[in-house]
Amino acid sequence: MQRIGVFVCHCGSNIAATVDVKKVVEMAKLEPGVVHAEDYQYMCSEAGQAKIDAAIKEKGLTGLVVCSCSPRMHETTFRKAAERAGLNPYMVEVANIREHCSWIHKDMEEATKKAVILMRAAVAKVNLDAPLQPGESLVTKRALVIGGGIAGIQTALDIADAGYEVDIVEKEPSIGGRMSQLDKTFPTLDCSACILTPKMVEAAAHDKITIYTYSEVEKVSGFVGDFTVDIRKKARSVDMDKCTGCGVCQEKCPSKKTPSEFNRGLNTRSAIYTPFAQAIPNVPVIDREHCIKFKTGKCGVCSKVCQAGAIDYDQKDEIITQKYGAIVVATGFDVIKLDKYDEYAYNQSPDVITSLELERIMNAAGPTKGHLERMSDHKPPKKMVFVQCVGSRCADARGKSYCSKICCMYTAKHAMLIRDKYPDVDVTVFYIDVRTPGKNFDEFYRRAVEEYGVHYIKGQVGKVAPQPNGQLLVQASDLLDNKQILMEADMVVLAAAIEPNPDVRRIATMLTASIDTNNFLTEAHPKLRPVESPTAGVFLSGVCQGPKDIPETVSQAGAAAVKAIGLLAKDKLMTNPCTAKSDELLCNGCSMCANVCPYGAITYIEKEVNDHGIREVRRIAQVNNALCQGCGACTVTCPSGAMDLQGFSNRQIIAEVDAICR
Amino acid sequence: MQEELVKRAKELLADGTVARVLGWKAGDLPYNPEPAYFENEEQLEDFVYNGFCGANLSKYMIEASKLEGKTLVFLKPCDTYSFNQLIKEHRVDREKAFIIGVGCKGKLSVENIKKQGIKGIESISGAEMTDDAETLTIQTIYGEKTCTYASAMLGRCHVCKGKEHQVYDELIGESKDTKDADRFDEVRKIEAMSPEERFAFFKKELSKCIRCNACRNVCPACSCRKCVFDSTKFDSAQKANVDSFEEKMFHIIRAFHVAGRCTDCGECSRVCPQGIPLHLFNRKFIKDIDEFYGEYQAGADTDSRAPLTNFTFDDVEPGIVGERG
Repeated sequence: MQRIGVFVCHCGSNIAATVDVKKVVEMAKLEPGVVHAEDYQYMCSEAGQAKIDAAIKEKGLTGLVVCSCSPRMHETTFRKAAERAGLNPYMVEVANIREHCSWIHKDMEEATKKAVILMRAAVAKVNLDAPLQPGESLVTKRALVIGGGIAGIQTALDIADAGYEVDIVEKEPSIGGRMSQLDKTFPTLDCSACILTPKMVEAAAHDKITIYTYSEVEKVSGFVGDFTVDIRKKARSVDMDKCTGCGVCQEKCPSKKTPSEFNRGLNTRSAIYTPFAQAIPNVPVIDREHCIKFKTGKCGVCSKVCQAGAIDYDQKDEIITQKYGAIVVATGFDVIKLDKYDEYAYNQSPDVITSLELERIMNAAGPTKGHLERMSDHKPPKKMVFVQCVGSRCADARGKSYCSKICCMYTAKHAMLIRDKYPDVDVTVFYIDVRTPGKNFDEFYRRAVEEYGVHYIKGQVGKVAPQPNGQLLVQASDLLDNKQILMEADMVVLAAAIEPNPDVRRIATMLTASIDTNNFLTEAHPKLRPVESPTAGVFLSGVCQGPKDIPETVSQAGAAAVKAIGLLAKDKLMTNPCTAKSDELLCNGCSMCANVCPYGAITYIEKEVNDHGIREVRRIAQVNNALCQGCGACTVTCPSGAMDLQGFSNRQIIAEVDAICR
Repeated sequence: MQEELVKRAKELLADGTVARVLGWKAGDLPYNPEPAYFENEEQLEDFVYNGFCGANLSKYMIEASKLEGKTLVFLKPCDTYSFNQLIKEHRVDREKAFIIGVGCKGKLSVENIKKQGIKGIESISGAEMTDDAETLTIQTIYGEKTCTYASAMLGRCHVCKGKEHQVYDELIGESKDTKDADRFDEVRKIEAMSPEERFAFFKKELSKCIRCNACRNVCPACSCRKCVFDSTKFDSAQKANVDSFEEKMFHIIRAFHVAGRCTDCGECSRVCPQGIPLHLFNRKFIKDIDEFYGEYQAGADTDSRAPLTNFTFDDVEPGIVGERG
């Protein structure tokens, strides 16, 4: 029989205001195995932990139940306290009477009843707890950064500067990401390329950084400190060692009709291409889908003109397998597709564009060499309308519920730049709210309104209708004046919502990192662990975690790097002892557990067993404790109940359910 | 057909291809042949194969796989699905089995004859696999009665999975697809009930259960070395008999344990002495799996990943499953 101590936390008034903690203590004393129960204002404080320490020693406790906040918050705290007092840390259970009880209930009687039930379940579990011993695993001192935008580059630079090897995997032919597509950056209006390209060069030149462009992460196995990753280096069809980056192949390529991804389809590119002039590496790729040689077998112009002999049509995809201690996800974002927003006529008129397209138009290296012009007739616009929140803060299912955060600022930037360069252009911005929190942000927006004469109208645009004369008729409402507006415009710019890169779902699944309903990666704790994924060893950098601008992205990238460095600096890690274990006498050998194991931790062996006197060779499951992460998928799949999770055994779970239903 | 099967069995025993034969022998009544092993020519004299040989012999191959030498086993088309599923789960050894796929034109249930008011049965003719008799002639203590073959068929044969054997070494005899109803009609009826009606329906049916374990023991998917309901390692063993609710739990847990693995062979309902339509639980799961993950037939192959132990990016979101109920 266990000797259990129950400790009920007030959490100031967080718990005590809704739960009668004295009553929980009183009820705990009646539970089987409980020899001690007390309450305290802050159990996690030094004084609270001292009470736990004293009770373990004085009452000879063998198990603890702490009724407090979520175990994600303080389970480690209490386990460490128990360990210091000489108790096995896995003999501690936390009953969550805050998030699961006091915070979500108003009625004290009901909440107290529930707190007692949760306490009982935890006591029932401790009664069946057994001491567990963690093992040790080695840390591979190398980090992987998935995504080579500003977030990935900054994280890689910071980790590399600390002396660790870093690999960047970028899906596109060049690193640089979204930031390389931008013209100027708010609120200082410095040129994006001027601040980004030096970082790209620095990353490429860094002796600790290896960049894999035109590559994708294909498979991830292993666990914190010891991940094994397969990287697919897609066939570039150009030898990276031979190519000098002279660009002749791109000039001579006869296939020039592919919409340029980099210029958001506003112009075309050749089939052999580098996305932009400052690309790193400055080595083109052949887009095999559009290359005449690959489509018909006849052409080969690039190969003929290449002085370096770098063109290699037979190049194959290459799989690089590498071990990593830490993985940083920096997969970034894209703007949403506007198919569902017919009212803005995006698909009907080339003069309705997204803000990211406007960035390319405004850029000196863009499709119009930086001249502001309509894409339909290449005439300079006289009247421009900006529509905010296209798909952001959207109440219906067409768009996103969240605020994309950057649109208010970049729209102010666009409006200001246009008014500065083309003072004769009339600029109107339709908005729901203008949100400008951030250093020097509101001042920036006010300058657009007050100094540059941009018309801001609070109200949504209902419809944009292309007219036979080439104009766009904009129908909108002015909420402050309470009137309908009908105005003509030459160009309409839509602040389309941003969404996580669609690849993130695939990557999150490979990493077993969780994502929210909007496909943003979830943090381990929204406030206290914002750059860590709940999956150990996986860190988050940039917009993959939530909408943010460049300064925020860069600071988060640095934070993610520090977390990764903290991990890589360790030689060994303690492994979680709550792993699955197979009872060889109950195992059927059916392989279902191995099929569902996301970590590849289960293998089958032929082994002679002695089943109550019957000796026979059976096919049985074996768990690799180093690989098992204790997710429990195998235990619920096993039809015979042979698989069990140490620390969360089937019997313990049933005992908890029984205690709740009692 | 019976003679042909016996002849071939004798040949295979004689030339040493197989060490034993797994088939059916006559029971104490004309309509209850039972599974049996035959090790020599003499024993094969008792071999029968007729319309009442509904028993699926696949499960017996788990134990037979551990014996020395090959076992000749006779499998009907629908039985081969169970055999394949057992191969997939590494429970039977394909190398240890010599499979003769036997012809089947639907199997009979004496209960369905009795339901037609035919009592006091002494003998039944027309159930032999020799001809394509459309009618059964039954000698009873009240005189001769007749009924159609189809009206006496097992429920499962009305939703026949087809006349193709999924795995075999040799084929003997013609098969017939006896399907004349939709497999999920019965499930749809239950789905149409209100939750209260549905609960009442299953409560009534399951209250008949006497926990004889026949359904579990016959089920090819229920092939655990040690059933959770027999193991002292879990608290479920003692619980199962405590009250009527626990009895229902037995069937519900069993249905969950075989979900995605059940081939819908219908043996559970065939052997239930209380006539509980146990296959309905399994068929509901099969229908849900088909709807959520695309059509899937357990045992149609030996190497595919079953939907419930697989993950694809097209998988239905759990929320949708929850909403649909």
